[in-house]
Amino acid sequence: MQSSTIKKNLYNVGAILKGLSITFGYMFRKRPTIQYPSVKKQHAPRFHGLHELRRYGDGQERCIGCELCSSACPANAITVIGAENAPGDRVSPGERHAARYEIDELRCIFCGMCEEACPTDAIVLTPRFEMADYRRGSFIYDKDRLLVPIDAGVGAAPDERPGGIPGDLGRVADIKSTTDVAEGYSATWRGEILKTQRRGLASQ
Amino acid sequence: MMVPLWLIVLVKSAVLLLVVVTTFAYAMLAERKVLGWMQLRPGPNRVGPWGLMQPAADAAKLMLKEDLTPKTADPLIYRLAPFISLLTAFSVYAIIPFGSSSSGTWAIGNVNAGILLILAITSIGVYGISLGGWASGSKYPLLGSVRATAQMISYELAMSLSFIGVLILAGTTSLDGIVNAQVRWWFFVPQFFGCIIYIITAVAETNRTPFDLVEAETELVAGFHTEYSGLRFGLFFIAEYVNMLTVSCIATLLFFGGWNAPLGLTLIPGVVWFVAKVAMFMFFYMWLRATLPRLRYDRLMAFGWKVLLPLATLNLVVTAIVVAFRG
Repeated sequence: MQSSTIKKNLYNVGAILKGLSITFGYMFRKRPTIQYPSVKKQHAPRFHGLHELRRYGDGQERCIGCELCSSACPANAITVIGAENAPGDRVSPGERHAARYEIDELRCIFCGMCEEACPTDAIVLTPRFEMADYRRGSFIYDKDRLLVPIDAGVGAAPDERPGGIPGDLGRVADIKSTTDVAEGYSATWRGEILKTQRRGLASQ
Repeated sequence: MMVPLWLIVLVKSAVLLLVVVTTFAYAMLAERKVLGWMQLRPGPNRVGPWGLMQPAADAAKLMLKEDLTPKTADPLIYRLAPFISLLTAFSVYAIIPFGSSSSGTWAIGNVNAGILLILAITSIGVYGISLGGWASGSKYPLLGSVRATAQMISYELAMSLSFIGVLILAGTTSLDGIVNAQVRWWFFVPQFFGCIIYIITAVAETNRTPFDLVEAETELVAGFHTEYSGLRFGLFFIAEYVNMLTVSCIATLLFFGGWNAPLGLTLIPGVVWFVAKVAMFMFFYMWLRATLPRLRYDRLMAFGWKVLLPLATLNLVVTAIVVAFRG
């Protein structure tokens, strides 16, 4: 046998031993597994999850049925049918409100464009993401499921969630009408900038 | 009052069967755990504390699954094959000694040609695999069983040759004789190459990675047991693990001093040492599976015939010469 063959074979044996040492070492490494249903990973503060329709502090719905979210939606997941507010029984502070508001969460790509498009901050994406269900029909979320119940408060905008954007004090929750929004609304992220720009254009 | 011999054997067999099956169940769990750890996963941990009830859950699942027989299969042989595998795998334990006390060796039967009988019984085991694959009447199982036959025959030669070195040193073919000959020196030391060759061939004989060409998932779906489902698949599965346990026991008996305590630690009973050594080998098999990829088929054959067989022969000749000249 040539010496080169012996050398090669010894090298191969060495490689096997090296491989064995690597796998043995891995046995004692820290495992990155998170035991999901019992332990949950902390997600990013502005995680894009299930939608929520928010209210004002007085209990009125923020949504004015303008359908901007629906037209901004790249996945055509949102259906809004607006209706006039009856003078005695107002649903929202504007002229109109959403009579029907439906989001097909199976179509939704959780891009957050609806959130950016909304002039009243009515639709926001919450960090909730466990939406599994048994039927396709169950994924069409209507107003009953999207609206925050009155006793649960007004709902949280992304920037007022715990651990939200530093420097932003969650001013949105105190806003009582849409006109309050335009003045002194400090833009902290791209969506806000767009929003202020849009409002600026609208007021001109 | 004399207890009849058949009753003693029956009770011993029942206890041993229970022990072996339980060991199989937890060896499987241990393998999944060890593989998991080596791949930075926790392994099964949902059924019971630390996943300890996983084997029971697996058994229940396998029993509830449908037992399919393909239309093209040879029904009788197809149904018989798993039992051949299992029966041969279990019957080896009739002659494996686990320990020794003043009243005798701890084994069901103490055969004076134990090692030959073990070779004979384990050789029958290949029939389960090759008949099962052939009788499935489908191409992948057939390829798997053809491979199994070729592989087992090739590696059995080198394995038997690695045994003979031990037999020359011990001067006996009975298993407790071989263990008793290792009181001073475990045969691992004088038969170092024999031991290495045995460990390699044992992996090949039990069809485990890196020699698992018989069930090579990437090429043959699941090899010889592709068509098997439910409990019949389970029987093949049990047979594979029991065979693993068998080769670990043989390695312990022949090369690692059986129940002899190392470093004169005779305070701990011999059975504990035996179990510890077998467990070490089982771990080694799992470790190997987590580390090495599968060999290519022609290389497997070349390795068996061109490397292991000549090395085993050389080892045998050198051992024989040394023993002959030193008396």
